[in-house]
Amino acid sequence: MKNVWIICRKELGSYFVSPVAYILLAMFGLIFGFFFWNALGEFIIEGIQMQMRGQTFPMNVNEWIIRPLLHNVTVIGLFFIPLITMRLFAEEKRTGTIELLVTSPVRDLEIIVGKWLAALVLYACMLFFTALNFAFLFKYGNPDWKPLAVTYLGLLLQAGGLLAIGTFISTTTKNQIVAGAVTFGVCLLLFVFGWVSGYDSALWARVLSYMSVATHFDSFEKGVLDSKDAVFYLTVIFVGLFFTARSLESLRWRS
Amino acid sequence: MGEYHLCEASVRKRGPLPAGTIDISGAHFLECSRPARLPCGSARQTVYLSVANYFLMITVKELSKKYARTIAVDQISFEVAKGQIVGFLGPNGAGKTTTMRMLTCFLPPSAGTATVAGFDVLEQSLEVRKRIGYLPETPPIYPEMETAEYLRFVGKLKGLTGADLQKRVDYVCDRCAVADVRNKLLGKLSKGYRQRVGLAQAIVHNPDVLILDEPTAGLDPKQINETRDLIKSLAGDHTIILSTHILPEVEQTCEQVLIINKGKLVATDSVRNLQARARGAESVLVEVAGRNGGLETAAVQQKLEQVSGVSRVLSKEQNDGRAVFEVESQKGRFVRGDLARAVVESGWDLNELRPASMSLEEIFLQLTGSEAETEQPGAKGEQA
Repeated sequence: MKNVWIICRKELGSYFVSPVAYILLAMFGLIFGFFFWNALGEFIIEGIQMQMRGQTFPMNVNEWIIRPLLHNVTVIGLFFIPLITMRLFAEEKRTGTIELLVTSPVRDLEIIVGKWLAALVLYACMLFFTALNFAFLFKYGNPDWKPLAVTYLGLLLQAGGLLAIGTFISTTTKNQIVAGAVTFGVCLLLFVFGWVSGYDSALWARVLSYMSVATHFDSFEKGVLDSKDAVFYLTVIFVGLFFTARSLESLRWRS
Repeated sequence: MGEYHLCEASVRKRGPLPAGTIDISGAHFLECSRPARLPCGSARQTVYLSVANYFLMITVKELSKKYARTIAVDQISFEVAKGQIVGFLGPNGAGKTTTMRMLTCFLPPSAGTATVAGFDVLEQSLEVRKRIGYLPETPPIYPEMETAEYLRFVGKLKGLTGADLQKRVDYVCDRCAVADVRNKLLGKLSKGYRQRVGLAQAIVHNPDVLILDEPTAGLDPKQINETRDLIKSLAGDHTIILSTHILPEVEQTCEQVLIINKGKLVATDSVRNLQARARGAESVLVEVAGRNGGLETAAVQQKLEQVSGVSRVLSKEQNDGRAVFEVESQKGRFVRGDLARAVVESGWDLNELRPASMSLEEIFLQLTGSEAETEQPGAKGEQA
């Protein structure tokens, strides 16, 4: 456990000493800020129009702003997750520092979990920017924080799964661009697999749809903590890290 | 030493040692000059260590590594005693790096066993890794880290904590002369500094065994000398294996040489013996040619053998009227003049007469075959 923390600290150091983390955070902040500004603008216009139509029931901030915005975060995440994970192992393999790590008295799993945890922390930092924006809603409005917390948990779980997949892909190559591109492709596919359920209900379609990381987010998005979906994400994390471990082991046997 | 082996053998039979019962890593045994009672497994047994004057730090038995099509390392066996510096010599691609990687648990062997400080590299990999400091061919540094930060990270990875960690980092910074770049980014350091940081990294946890893969590659002559001195000063505390394809380096730093070629171990000897072999018994190459085309090799050989002081004559090669012999003489006898006279007086031509004693370089070339020749320009350049 101590070793996991040592590796995680080192990875976070690499992210935050180099401009990588700041650029990712700044870009994410910018993009999300724009989304937030847009959503707020539409919310206000809609509110005024409702008043003019004479409807008086209050508009729900959670439903009008937070939910669609956090749904968008999962989409923006698709672009950022490959950028976070692509360097994790590919860079170490290219520079040869992987030899230092795997010849140290540290278990492979500790290295993997440490790196994955660091990636998750960086992602959580990105989510912090969304929370900053939402803080204004809490100041001027009265949103419900419980569904919001559940949605954040869902975001972390979903990202955890995709980051684990990205970590695995990063172990398979020395080239960061290759790792990033493949991760993006795989994440995008896992995201859109759910679409097939729209026109087909055969077994393969249901399986494919079940595998989609997006379909399992619906419950979290609504603020419902569904153990079925949580278990799905935890399984993705576990499988991703398991394959990473096997891949790292095969590195020893092959290279 | 013999009695020590007895101990090792009986311990082995009981399988891996339970942690904490015996410090197998050496020092404890070394000071033990009277009969000692050691707990071993479930049974207690008395082990006599009175003549255990050295301890085998590394034992390699028939170690092999096969890749898909090629055999990188082919059944090599050797032993390294505690505190020794061993040079691993061979042309590029001979299997030096692969062997070292197996010793550091980076690669698992395909066959055979290797133990470091008594632990098997495959079965007790974590224990081995605790006791090994490894400098790969390219120093494994993170360019975005500062020197001291990096050494602290490696120290923590190797299990150092708190004040101990700080003390060791300070110590290796001084020892490897990198104290003046403590707070510099590793990415901005020169090759020489990187190499020394790599060395500092390898010794930060005070390992029993140091494995250095071409520690002087790419350094300038002054840095090469400094690095060699540093390595020499580390011997004694540490057992060191270093690989190189530069011969003088081995002569200057190592006590023992392992010459490896195409995955096979072609020679293991102490540097002194190899040099003695190089100076060797007086041996002369004689090329003789017949006057009119024909030459009776047997007759020439007989004639040469009759020269006083000659102990042995070997026919090396012969073709159309020329023959080359290697003539060994008794120690202290100077036979070249007599040989020349004998040849000429018999009516043959003496084409060539030169000493056949081998330099270490020639031994190396002979042992490693023709590929090594391509290495020579580089080696010469670096020794300048």
